[in-house]
Amino acid sequence: MTTSGLRAKGPILIVGLVILVLWYAGALGLNAPQSIEALNRTGNAWTTQDLVVRTMTMKRPVLPTPDQVLNDFCQSLFSYPLTSVRNLAYHAAVTASSALSGFVLGLLLGTLLAVGIVHVKTLDSSLMPWVIISQTVPILAIAPMVVVIFGNLGFTGLAPKAVISMYLCFFPITIGLVKGLRSTDPLAQDLMRTYSASTAQVFWLLRLPSSLPYLFASIKVAIAISLIGAIVAELPTGGTAGLGARLLSGSYYGQTIQIWSTLVMSAFLGLALVGLAGLSERLVLGRAGSKR
Amino acid sequence: MGKSVALPVTEPPATTAAEPRSIVDIRNLSLVFAAADKPVTALDGITLKIRAGDFVSLIGPSGCGKTTLLRVIADLEQPTSGDITVNGLQPEMARRKRAYGYVFQAPALYPWRTVERNVTLPLEIMGIDKAERQRRATVQLSLVGLSGFEKKFPWQLSGGMQQRVSIARALAFEPGLLLMDEPFGALDEITRDHLNSQLSKLWATTGKTCVFVTHSISEAVFLSTRIVVMSPRPGRILDIIDCDLPRERTLEMRESRQFQDIAARVRHGLAEGHSYDD
Repeated sequence: MTTSGLRAKGPILIVGLVILVLWYAGALGLNAPQSIEALNRTGNAWTTQDLVVRTMTMKRPVLPTPDQVLNDFCQSLFSYPLTSVRNLAYHAAVTASSALSGFVLGLLLGTLLAVGIVHVKTLDSSLMPWVIISQTVPILAIAPMVVVIFGNLGFTGLAPKAVISMYLCFFPITIGLVKGLRSTDPLAQDLMRTYSASTAQVFWLLRLPSSLPYLFASIKVAIAISLIGAIVAELPTGGTAGLGARLLSGSYYGQTIQIWSTLVMSAFLGLALVGLAGLSERLVLGRAGSKR
Repeated sequence: MGKSVALPVTEPPATTAAEPRSIVDIRNLSLVFAAADKPVTALDGITLKIRAGDFVSLIGPSGCGKTTLLRVIADLEQPTSGDITVNGLQPEMARRKRAYGYVFQAPALYPWRTVERNVTLPLEIMGIDKAERQRRATVQLSLVGLSGFEKKFPWQLSGGMQQRVSIARALAFEPGLLLMDEPFGALDEITRDHLNSQLSKLWATTGKTCVFVTHSISEAVFLSTRIVVMSPRPGRILDIIDCDLPRERTLEMRESRQFQDIAARVRHGLAEGHSYDD
């Protein structure tokens, strides 16, 4: 057990260790100039050990060490109530809610577009170029405009953020689903024809089920992007809540440790969202028995 | 002859109720596929009448248009010229009325559906209620010897079993006409023999009209009441051979003199087709 366990987990451990060592080395190198300056200012003699300790314990380091980030991460999670703006979980929840609503909207819009494109020939040629053009515009350029327009219409808070997430999300859904809906087995289609099945029946009984593996691959991409959309959307809203707002305030005040712990939180949130997508895939396809 | 064919044969326009109904009636049918370089004549001047209760095999080398002919009957291909009626209707109308069940070369089962739900698929499309759907699936699956496999998924079954499921599916809505396109082509000979005798029994008990595409001579002789020998490029009918073995077929019959004679005639016809070709 131990050897096989080690063989499986060994590479993971080694990669983790290498990253940690590189991170500490990076912190040492990047924080050294500032630390040396500070040590010199005290006027006392200092040793290499003093320097190392100082680079690892700065209040506003260029690159905080993993333990500093972890410490800040845990402290913000457990030292304040969940509803406090000082608690990272609160910000994560705010971002997650707009990411998820944006994802759901994107899923709906993307599905609608894909179904239209697959069934109506003119939509394929007229709509597809716009779908692609929409994704060539940087989201950072679009986001403030969406916020302004929605603000004018009287929508603030969740709505504009969800729309920006949706804007990013629908694209992989449309592309994946169009591919999936078109990948039905020709024989299975002939079979439907021999039953003189209606277009709706062909869609629900054949096209949609056979496109599900493609759809779930797209969903995993889309749900990860939805998080990016939500965080980017929080930057121009000037919001006080959300991981994006926390990143922004961190950079205003030079709180690098806060920025890094927020990044860690968004990484975990991303993992959780993609995990959720994977779980729903296993529930849906597992029950359908098409996966082995 | 085991079948009642000794009836007054009147010409097509007559519609007397007493004669064995002509299920498929093809007259001077041609089909040309428009290809990029030059058009391909897949079927040329096909005239064929298939009567109720017939088991007709279409045999010929690859590319002789036998599958195309079957697909024309099923309204999956459109003929370029000539007439065809299925159950006295245009093929499209016949298809809309679900006149036939079609068995493809591959089982074409839906992998996300259980065996039972694959068999009930056509019934679902026709809007038959759930209890009746299940009842019919049970009946059809036992007919192809697959009772107890209702809840299995297609990938849990062997190739031969999958093809039997697809036959049960074609039978599920009880069509009078069964169109089969080399259903056992991909199976080993032992399985194929077994399925042939099962299919023969099925045909004998249900009295369905069958059109069966194959390129195996012994399979054609074993199953058919009539064998249509076709030649390639352009697809033409070379010979129509009556196969008047007793209606109840057994695998041992294949050693009989009569069987050998018919097989020889089919082989002869096929060889003749080849000399035309070269």
